[in-house]
Order: sequence, then structure tokens, then C-alpha cells
Amino acid sequence: MDDLSRFKQTYFDESAELLAVAEAGLLRLAPGDIDMDEVNAIFRAVHSIKGGGGAFGFNDLVAFAHEFETVMDGVRNAEIPVSTELVDTLIRANDVLARLLAHAADETEAPAGTTDDTVAALRRFLDRSGEPADEAPPAAIQAAAGFYPDDEDDEAGIFGDALAAIQAARDDQPARAAGPVPEGKVRWTIVFRPKAELLLSGNEPTYMLRALRRLGEAEVICHLDRLPPLRDLDAELLHLSWTVTLLADPQVNRAQIDDVFEFVADDCDIRISAEAPPPAIIVPALIAPVEPVTPAPAVNLPEPVASAAAPATPAATTSGAAKPGDGARRTNGGTDHAGPATHTIRVDLDKIDRLVNMVGEMVITQAMIAEHLRDLPPGQFQELLEGLEGLAQHTRELRESVMSIRAQPVSSVFSRMPRLVRECAAVTGKEVMLVTTGETTEVDKTVVENLVDPLTHMIRNSIDHGLEGPEERERVGKPRAGTVHLSAAHRSGRIVIEVTDDGRGINRAKVLSKAIEKGLVQPGASLSDEEIDHLIFLPGFSTADQVSNLSGRGVGMDVVRRNISSLGGRIGVYSTPGEGSRFVLSLPLTLAVLDGMVISVGEERFVLPLTNIVESLRPKPADLHGLVNKCDVMMARGEYVRLVHLHRLFGIPKAIDDATKGLVVLVETEDGSRLGLVVDEVLGQQQVVIKSLESNFRRLDGVAAATILGDGRVALILDVAGLREMSRHGSGTGAGNGNASGSTPPSPSLPAPADKSDQRQRQTV
Amino acid sequence: MSSSTAIAPVSSRTDLQPAGAANGSEEQYVTFTVGSEEYGVNILAVREIRGWTPESRLPNLPDYVRGVINLRGIIIPIFDLRARFGGGLTQVTKRHVVVVMQVGERTRGILVDAISDILAIGHDAIKPPPDVDSGLVDAEYLSGLYTAENRMVTLLNVGKLFAGEHVDQDATRAALEPT
Repeated sequence: MDDLSRFKQTYFDESAELLAVAEAGLLRLAPGDIDMDEVNAIFRAVHSIKGGGGAFGFNDLVAFAHEFETVMDGVRNAEIPVSTELVDTLIRANDVLARLLAHAADETEAPAGTTDDTVAALRRFLDRSGEPADEAPPAAIQAAAGFYPDDEDDEAGIFGDALAAIQAARDDQPARAAGPVPEGKVRWTIVFRPKAELLLSGNEPTYMLRALRRLGEAEVICHLDRLPPLRDLDAELLHLSWTVTLLADPQVNRAQIDDVFEFVADDCDIRISAEAPPPAIIVPALIAPVEPVTPAPAVNLPEPVASAAAPATPAATTSGAAKPGDGARRTNGGTDHAGPATHTIRVDLDKIDRLVNMVGEMVITQAMIAEHLRDLPPGQFQELLEGLEGLAQHTRELRESVMSIRAQPVSSVFSRMPRLVRECAAVTGKEVMLVTTGETTEVDKTVVENLVDPLTHMIRNSIDHGLEGPEERERVGKPRAGTVHLSAAHRSGRIVIEVTDDGRGINRAKVLSKAIEKGLVQPGASLSDEEIDHLIFLPGFSTADQVSNLSGRGVGMDVVRRNISSLGGRIGVYSTPGEGSRFVLSLPLTLAVLDGMVISVGEERFVLPLTNIVESLRPKPADLHGLVNKCDVMMARGEYVRLVHLHRLFGIPKAIDDATKGLVVLVETEDGSRLGLVVDEVLGQQQVVIKSLESNFRRLDGVAAATILGDGRVALILDVAGLREMSRHGSGTGAGNGNASGSTPPSPSLPAPADKSDQRQRQTV
Repeated sequence: MSSSTAIAPVSSRTDLQPAGAANGSEEQYVTFTVGSEEYGVNILAVREIRGWTPESRLPNLPDYVRGVINLRGIIIPIFDLRARFGGGLTQVTKRHVVVVMQVGERTRGILVDAISDILAIGHDAIKPPPDVDSGLVDAEYLSGLYTAENRMVTLLNVGKLFAGEHVDQDATRAALEPT
């Protein structure tokens, strides 16, 4: 639900922009000077609004946009000539579209008839362009031509006693003298002078007059004094005004009459008086109860002489009436549609990426300068060094600001979860309550996008495997409904997402027996609780006795681990039997920079992602052990860890081969397996900007990406899991042997199949 | 002709135009030397020519893939043309030149000894490469031969020279070999 409203908001934001595009295009559209690109742009804008509207079921809007679009299509195909009149109509149609959007955004119904007149006007262009009009000409034309049936059928009396009024006007005498007020009645005289654009805002005087009639015995006089000659008549505009004499019961009060005109108060002059009728010709006494300073164009003021021609002059309606009137109309829809509030702008992601890149370059340049200055004699150039310090500070802030542009709250992912929980609960028959915290935690857009799948799997897993059914929960003294807690928080430069359930926890005995049964673990292997818990991340593992729709195919958790590790993140699980499990994801805040450790091998330098590094140490000769096939194993903290010589793997000359003379960096892949990388030196920790190697070259085994170091040289960022794969191939006698060499604590019992699939993953990632 | 003659491109179109090259299908080629041989590439593919900067090596690739350099923030691979044609690795000096080329979507650099010339070559003046043993010469990289004065210029098909497959196949083979 929340989810949909977010998309709606995007749609409205986009539509507002599209409307602006269309309006700008329409304003530039002039007869004889037709830019087809412009026309196409308008067409596309309207079409996009229509398309999106259809997706959300805004039927009125879609219907109207369709009319608009059809005319634009005609213009595009040169079937409809561009005239000033057409442009005016289209601009008005754009406004109507805006109003329909505003109503859709408010989830209010647009007043009936909002679109009628504009639709009629639009259709007229279509009719003109094609065959002779076969549908009935719009009512306004008929009326102006005097064909409209007289007031017997005209229930509302929109034309009032039109003929009488015409007669009266000819005779130049008041249409009706004020008679005495009958007993027990109040005579209200309502002078209703709508602005010419009243119809454009979808208001229908007929309804108002009809409403007045309901209040009592009404006599309607229609004033035709502003009616232009037929030649100049713009049927879109309202040229009529009315004087209604209402004989009402005393209980009818002023407020009821005001109510009738509530929605048009800004678009008309209304004078309401009791008892005595006013003179037929009214000196414009502006009663504008809500908005006294409407920038009303001159043509709207009742100026009997000038107004005859003015409203119909297209130029006047475009430049004068349409624009300010537009502003006024927007404010009067009953609620505030004071134009879309633009606190945000939408920027092409490419532009931001370019900015991120440039800032990355700056960081590199700054590091480069710093590196050069380090060689300067100390004590001198103090000011230069201080300046550089300031530059470094600003660069860091600049980078953080730029990164924050790309940052998005995780709520966009979290908000999808309630529905998932409901569905899972329905399928499993469990009662589940989802609690989310930290939705506002922001993280880079690319990370957010990649969070959906892992979280979906994890929550499904928690509900399907973690939580007990309601009866079982009651039996063990827990509330019937299980709780799944989804939280996000920033912790030491990373985002940590936790999925906690209060279910039964991981059944270790079952996990272990399942793992042995599936051949994932050798029988008799002794694993710690933690190691058993982590077995659930192995490919092909599933404890569910039956494969359900939700889970049980054994693809869930290893997919989670793979997705997370492809984002440079890690996943851990903590479980207490009977109390529940907690899955902890830790991810970098951005995929554009990385905390790395710069290491050197021979003359080459590499960057190891800090997340992979456990520790670095220099082993004593006694810690090193040879295994069959020259594979070295090192004892580190009570575990045997396989050593991988980076220079052998990468064929780097002039490197230190003896681990006791160089350094061993103990690294851990996302699945928890450890490896000792033999390197020459560890140069230091550094934040590096991730650069693609693939955009100009291709992927390389054991290399995740590249970066540019402070001296402008390129350094490769190592892919630890890839290195492990490579070293297995390199160890010669097959994967089984490579495994037996102890790359990971539980791995002595890991047979080849798991590795093969693991290897396949690596290729697909 | 030798690597020391010209580092900066020399525009000598007028005196080098062969007869009959004045027809409409004339195109400009940047020529450069590798050892005693002269090669040409279509000037439209050349993005820039820059002096040699030390590369960072890439692991487990054929020797003609010298490595990658930082070209104003983008990372481009550098190919050693001499090594590509089996002449061994170039012993680089500061006078060596990288011709940065745009091949399709990708930017790549080739390491050559020196830039020699810019020639306007008519389509008619390009002779097809002789039918040589494909085991000796990678004939598909050659788009034709051209004679400028007394020099033979081998025109390279840049697209084929850097066709991803060739590089990748070689590289994959190299990567799969036990280290």
C-alpha cells in the first residue's frame, strides 16, 4: 500500500515535469513555425501521463489525456493545422490535465464536467481535420446561435429568460422590475458574473443555477451584454452572466447561497443581496471573498463596450487570460494545489555518476599532491602543508556530500516486506508480526537496489524455518504471533541490517544430520555451533522436510550470501535454540569507494578490500608446514590455513617467496573460509575509488576491479574468493586435494560438488 | 624512418600523395614505427597520442598485454605492438609512444616506437595483403599495404587487432595454464 503510494508520488512528480514540458512546448508552438521535435515532445509528455495514469487506474485522467493525445497526434501527422486557437485549446487542455492530476494526487474526485468543455473543443479540431462533423456540435455553439431550446426544458435556466433578456436589452430597460416581496418570503438577488474562463476550470453554471432553484422560487435573467458577435465568439469562454431573483423561505440563509458558489468564488463576481434587486447593469463591485488580489486580466472585468470583442481575441486569451487565470484557478480547487512543491529535483543518474567520478579524481589528485609533498624537507612550506590539509578536509566533505546525493533510505526496500510477510504467513498458516526499525537509514542507491532479493529470502527463511506455528508457540509459552524484526543502522561506516525472529532457532542437530545426509559434511566431523549455523549458507542445503512454495529448495540462503558478497558485504547468523535467530548483514555504504589495504608484491601494488582482511602477520618458520604437492599450510590461531603466494598466482617477478620474510595477510571470504595471502609488504589502509576494468578491457580472474593510487598509477583490487579458486586450480592435482589442504575450518569435510557449484557462481557473478 | 625521426606527427600530406589518390575515397592514416616496420591506422580511430607512462601489470595475460594505465581517470589496457607481432617485449624508454584508440565502445592504447607520419591514402592505392601463411602473420589484422615513397606501410584493421575475442581467448588460455 505504502509501496504503491510511493510509485504514485513518482508518477505525480514525473507528470508535473511532463506538464511543464508540454506547456513550454505549447507556448512555443505557433502557426507557420512548427518544430516537429517540439510537437513530438508534447505528444510524448501527454502519452506518458496517460500511460502512468492507466497503471494507477485514474480513468478520468486517462480518458481526457487520450483526447488530448489524439489531437496532438493529428498535429504530429499534419492533419490538424496549427492555429492560435488550437494552441489556446491545447494549453487549456494541459491545464485541465494538471487539475485532473491534482485531484488524482489528492484522491478526490474531479468535479463532474471538469473536462467536458475542453474535450468538446479538442474534438472540434479533430472533426475539422477529418470528415465533416458528424456528431452534434457542442452545446455552446448551439446556444450562441440561438438554437437552444427555451427555458421550459432548460430546467436550470442557464439562458434564463434569454429571449426576454434580449428583448429587454433591446428595449434598454430593466428586464424585470422589483415587485413587492411576498409575505413570509425573503427575496434574494444574486448577481452572478462569472469570469470568461469559468468553464475552463470545469465549473458548470447550470448546476449553480439549478442549486439556486432548489432553494426557492428563482427567476433567472441571463445577461447577454458581454456576448461578442458570432464571428468573434470563442465558445470556450463564458460570455453570459445572470441575475437570479430568488424568493426563498426565511430559513434559507446567506451561507446556503454562498455554498452554491463555493467552488467558483474566485472565478466570478457574485453579489448577493436580500430584499431589493440591484439594477440590471452592475458597476463592478468586486466581491472576492477568498482572493481579493487575483491578477485578473482586464478582459474579465465587465466592461460592456470592450468586452464584446476582447475575450474572443485569441491573443488576449493566450497572453492575458490563460496564464494568470491559470494561477488563480489552481488555488481554488477547494484544497491547496498551489502548484507542486519542488523541494526535490530529479537528476539523471549519469550526471551524478559523472560527479562522483570527478570527485573520485579529485581525491586521487589530492592524494597525489600529498604524496609529493611528503618528500619536501620538513619544517618548510608550512603554509602549503596547511593548505593541503584544508584541501583534504574539503575533498572528504565533498565526497561525502556527493555520496549522500546517491543515498536512499532503505525504507524503499523495507516497505516491500509487509506484503511479503503477509503472503508468507498466509501460505505457512503462521501468525507473524513484522517490526521494522531504522527505515530512514540511508545507503547508496545501488546497494538499496541490490538489497531486495537477499532480504526477501531472509524474511521468507525466518518465517518458514524460524517461526513456529501458533499452536506450537502457545505450547512453549510464546505469544501466538511470531515476530520478525527487520532493522537497519549505520555502524562504523557500514550499514548493518538485521533480521531477527523469535522462533525456535536453528536446530543444529537437524542441520548437521541434513548436511551429512546431503554429503555437505563428512560424517563424524566435529563442528562448532557457529560452524553448524553457517552450514545453512552452503549451496544446496535445506532442512525443510518438504519443499514448499516458499523455501526448501536449498537455494535461498546461499543466494543471499552470494548477493551480499557481490556487494562487498558479509552475512552472519546467530542463533539460540528456542529463542530465535538473528541474521546480520553488513554492507558498504557505497559501491563507488572501498576501504582497502594497499599491499605490495614485487614491484606491483594491489588493494585488498578491508572487509576481507582478518589480520596480517609474519609467521615463524615453525608455523609453516608443507603439504603434499608443495601446498603450504600455516598454523594461525589454532587453525591450519592454506597459504597462497600472490606472486606465484599472478606471475610477478622479484617478489618475496618465503612467507617468514614477507607477510601473510589472513583473509576471509564471505563464506567464512580463510586463506593466507603471502605478500611482500602491507603499505597501509586507504579509501580507494573503484574503477571498472571491464569497461575498456575485460574481467580478470582474481581481480575484482581496479583503482588509481595516489601516484596516479593503477592498482588492481583483489577478489579474494577468486584468488581461492585460482589457487585451487594452481595446486595441480584437482579440487579435492585442494580442499583437503584446509582452506576453511569446515572445509576438510567439504567435498568437490560444493566447490564446483561455487565455482559456477563465481563465473556468473 | 627510425624511431628517432619523428615523435610528433608531421603533416606531409602534400608531398606524399601518390598519383590517383585524389579521388573521393581518400582517408587519413596515422603511421608509426615499430622497429624498422611502419604501420598505419585510420586517423578516425585515434583519440590521442601520449608519451609512455609506466603501466601496471595485469596477471596471467599474454606478454603483449602490457598492463593498464590511468588515462585521466579511466583505466585503459596497453598492448605492445612489437610483442603482438612476435618481436618480443618492447624495452620502453621515455621516447616510446602510446597511441590511444577508440575501438567501438572501448578505449585502448598501443605501444609503438614512434609516430611517423599522417598520410592521406586513397582507397585505390591500398593493395591487399599478400597471401601469406596465416601461421606467420596474423593476416586478419591487416587491412592492406600502401607504398609511401619507398616505404611500405602496413595498414592495420584496428577493430580486428583488438577484437575482444582474440585477446580474451589468448588471455583465457594463458590464465588456465598452471602457474
